[in-house]
Amino acid sequence: MSVTLNHYLLASGLLFAIGFSGVLLRRNILTIFMCLELMLNAANLSLVAFSRFNLGPDGLPNYNAQILVFFIITVAAAEVAVGLAIIVALYRARQTTHVEDINSLKF
Amino acid sequence: MSPLLFWIFAALMLVFGIGVIINRNPVASALSLVASFLCLAALFVGLNAYFIAVIQVLVYAGAVMVLFLFIIMLLDLREEQRRRFNLLAVAGGALVSLGFVAELVLVLRKFTLGQKPFAPIAQVDDVRQIGMTLFSTHNLPLQVTGVLILVATIGVVVLSKRDLK
Repeated sequence: MSVTLNHYLLASGLLFAIGFSGVLLRRNILTIFMCLELMLNAANLSLVAFSRFNLGPDGLPNYNAQILVFFIITVAAAEVAVGLAIIVALYRARQTTHVEDINSLKF
Repeated sequence: MSPLLFWIFAALMLVFGIGVIINRNPVASALSLVASFLCLAALFVGLNAYFIAVIQVLVYAGAVMVLFLFIIMLLDLREEQRRRFNLLAVAGGALVSLGFVAELVLVLRKFTLGQKPFAPIAQVDDVRQIGMTLFSTHNLPLQVTGVLILVATIGVVVLSKRDLK
């Protein structure tokens, strides 16, 4: 049985579901941040799979999708830097990374 | 990519992904995440996206994860202590995740276009092709990304100052 687009989409969806349940279940803000990265990468996998699937008339993949992945990785790297700086600032103010201890904005 | 390699790397990616959320020690979570990203890079190689695979290893498994480990060790985080879970939140989260997966399976069963095998690819000079597209069609987004990274750098420096004023 050969590997088809649907297999890649299913793997990507399962990775996204793992990341999503991690965001909901975990209470450590750093682990939640890692699970966000997992979800971003699941989206990247489906983009690259579609790019490989959708060959143009010249037999080349659709490189627009791969450029979108490139931008996603760039923005995610910037996001990680800013997010971790916010977490460090938060830790300095509160001495905790537990989301249940950081609920002043909760209604 | 041979089907065997796809199954091995996809399974490893998902197992290490589960490892991220079941490890209580943040360092173990981060290392599990590195392994998951490396398997994902292997899947990218299988999809003939060599440039994206290299970027994935360099940026994610390299830079981003070093940053994560650095922060975890800087904050000297202990293992997450066991606390009472909010049962409603856990049930709701599991329900949403399982619902998402079930819906995905239902959609993919009807998606007959994606059940064909991949067509053979013509040539693999993907770095050149990506470069050409990036600097011609998508030049403005590239410049904007440069500005975004500059803003992020300044933001990090401002956030890291000891007295935020």
